[in-house]
Amino acid sequence: MKPLTEIGQLAEHYDLAVVGAGPAGLSAAARASELGLAVLLVDENPEPGGQIYRSITTTPVTDRAVLGVDYWRGADLVARLKRSAAAYAARCTVWSIAPDVESDGASFEIGLSLDGRARLITAGQVILATGAQERPFPIPGWTLPGVMTAGAAQIALKSSAIVPKGRTVIAGCGPLLYLLAGQLAAAGAEIVAVLDTTPRRNWPAALGALPDFLRSPYLAKGLKLMAKARRSLRFLGGVTSLAVEGSGRLSTIRFERGGASESIACDTLLLHQGVIPSVNLSNAAGCAHEFDTVQHCWVPQLDDWFASSVPGIAIAGDGAGIGGAESAALRGEIAALDSARRLGRITIAERDNHAAPIRTALGRTLRGRRFLDLLYKPATQFLAPIVDDTIICRCEEVTAGQVRDAAKRLGVTGPNQMKAFLRCGMGPCQGRLCGPTVVELIAETRGTTPAEVGYYRLRPPVKPVTLAELASLPQSEAAVKAVVR
Amino acid sequence: MSRPRRSADVIVIGGGIHGCSTALHCALRGLSVILIEKDHAGRHASGVNAGGVRQLARHVAEIPLSNTSMAIWHGIAELVEDDCGFTSDGQVLVAENEADLAGCRARVEDLNLRGFHHEEMIDARELREIVPAVSETCPGGVISRRDGAAIPLRATQAFKRKASEMGATIREGVKVTKVERDGANWRVVTDAGDFFSPRIVNAAGAWADRIAADLGEPVPLEVIAPMLMVTAPMPAFIKPVVILRGRKLSFKQFGNGTVLIGGGYLGRAIRDENRTILDWGKLATNAKTVWDLFPIMRGAPILRAWAGIEARMPDDLPCFGPSARHEGVYHQFGFSAHGFQLGPGAGAVMAEIIATGHSNVPIDGLDIARFAQAS
Repeated sequence: MKPLTEIGQLAEHYDLAVVGAGPAGLSAAARASELGLAVLLVDENPEPGGQIYRSITTTPVTDRAVLGVDYWRGADLVARLKRSAAAYAARCTVWSIAPDVESDGASFEIGLSLDGRARLITAGQVILATGAQERPFPIPGWTLPGVMTAGAAQIALKSSAIVPKGRTVIAGCGPLLYLLAGQLAAAGAEIVAVLDTTPRRNWPAALGALPDFLRSPYLAKGLKLMAKARRSLRFLGGVTSLAVEGSGRLSTIRFERGGASESIACDTLLLHQGVIPSVNLSNAAGCAHEFDTVQHCWVPQLDDWFASSVPGIAIAGDGAGIGGAESAALRGEIAALDSARRLGRITIAERDNHAAPIRTALGRTLRGRRFLDLLYKPATQFLAPIVDDTIICRCEEVTAGQVRDAAKRLGVTGPNQMKAFLRCGMGPCQGRLCGPTVVELIAETRGTTPAEVGYYRLRPPVKPVTLAELASLPQSEAAVKAVVR
Repeated sequence: MSRPRRSADVIVIGGGIHGCSTALHCALRGLSVILIEKDHAGRHASGVNAGGVRQLARHVAEIPLSNTSMAIWHGIAELVEDDCGFTSDGQVLVAENEADLAGCRARVEDLNLRGFHHEEMIDARELREIVPAVSETCPGGVISRRDGAAIPLRATQAFKRKASEMGATIREGVKVTKVERDGANWRVVTDAGDFFSPRIVNAAGAWADRIAADLGEPVPLEVIAPMLMVTAPMPAFIKPVVILRGRKLSFKQFGNGTVLIGGGYLGRAIRDENRTILDWGKLATNAKTVWDLFPIMRGAPILRAWAGIEARMPDDLPCFGPSARHEGVYHQFGFSAHGFQLGPGAGAVMAEIIATGHSNVPIDGLDIARFAQAS
């Protein structure tokens, strides 16, 4: 591995650029490099690992029992990258990916920032391994201090061994809820309750997928996690509404279960409603997306090799659809094989041979996934908040009621038109935190589906770049000439 | 459900601000209207432009149309029941040096002789008063005080909504594939069937040359993709819109603090895919101009950059008015990256021409016939 710490150290061109150093990106970069490709792996975090294996090389949490055996598997992936010849740029932000006009689309132009300086480089192929993000979970009062996402708490734990102070409540649904509750409790957090919002009516749909789940690797792991968490923590199931109360700061979480209202005094509330693919970069790069009705989220349209609708851009890992860390690593390898084939480094037969055992393993890791997706599908009242005052776009402070009103009274039919009226999705997060909710609210108001409503068309820079960084971009001769129209 | 309307007094092709405005003004004159848009209203140039509402620095041939439009902008809420985000804090053309300033002076004197007084010279002192953040080396400029800015997609949709309320039929997501004569009518062939009308308005923006060609009036239309950038909110520091005489720049701060940076640098348009590719090299030059002129902006985070797809004519003037070849055909396209402000007025004038055969607003020099035999 060749670590790059200054933007000037990057080459002008790479065979393959991999974005994101989580399990998918690590294995894609390592495999492609092993096949002889000149590879650049870029990641905005200081250390490799992504979210699941965050800070795997540096975490101060040394008691292996706290984060569990699965976490420590990430060390193997990082070790493999280190043995490879791939270039690795940490703390490096990718803010744009587009066809390189000068090469007539044969390669991609990638806008990067590192250490306050921007640069444009090119790459013949791109693998996006941008992973997942937590599904937005707007409830009344969720913008008050003291409320954060469960994932954010996990980042603090893994990278800095920090746990929330005081009485902590975790609320939401999904398999990660148990993992997280268990990890935080093991690390010393005072978890006073876990409020489970999993809708009971999900069970009939999920049962059809149960046989596969019973043969899946999830089962044993999941049962162990659940049993442990349920044994030691106070679990309240069947929660149908949540609202944060407090003046200036969270003081109470109020909720309903079985038709009755209850409340718990707490200092920290961690929200989690499952994870969805992080599609901002693939969307802005022009890749076609579709709505996955089982995982209930937007996913890129991909072929068997995880190639997107834009030739030369592949999407591996949870960014291609939620499958977990192990499947992410395998998908990264398959995408890398196809990149090498596209570049003419290996034949189709070689690619297929290499991929066969990986595909078998991939099938195994994904078995049982459907059961989890169906069981933990969020309840509609959490996807499209009922209380009109609930803020759904934090950047521009847009409420659920405003979106409903614009969809109904002004006849706004899609999220892109909604931007013109409410500015939702136009702040620094570019819709990461409001996009799915805006789509749900429009669909609900207009009596249609998220797939019909569509999603934001996202614009680069996908991550903010400063005017000074942009102004200092080295000017190519062609760019200077082109300025004179 | 009643059968969708297939014929009307007027068919407008294109749901940009021009098409929507013409549809509304035709409806206000009691004409039945069908507007056909292949995507949704304001999807392209009209919805994603800089939103400048500018009389300043226009070509003389456009000034009457621009003046008509400005009168409408100042009463826009009464017309379409939405203020369209219109604010009027003026637009200022900044001279960066004495040569720029001399050019400004010659221009303003020429306009005055022609009877136009909306552009006024300002000296360095007044420039600094109006635009305190501008670099101290700038010797003055020109101001057009009634100018301002609006929110493009919102404005376009407001015109569409109002046209619809006044009885116009709006068909979005319907693509015109061909236009041909059918007896006394025009047949507009679409992927949703045929439509018929004795009068059609070609307001199809970057796609208008295809319709003109169908009608035997080919035009040398260039498809362009002007780029824009917007920053995170900054402390309020500038009210009017600023443009430059020497370099390409259009610069304004919205009420919420965000700053829009444009100036007409072009990306690449792929019109058959409704897609544009940004040219970061040119955006970097655009950023460098701001870096020079407004030091306060240097640390501002750029949140988004984009480009619209629009039509440019070789002389940077629109094709506006009756067809040179056919009775009942009207052209309204080719606004060359400055058509947003003209939309409300151009629609009113076009509807007047359609309904009465003439308008008192001069449109000399905008006739499509100027391109006849050019190809």
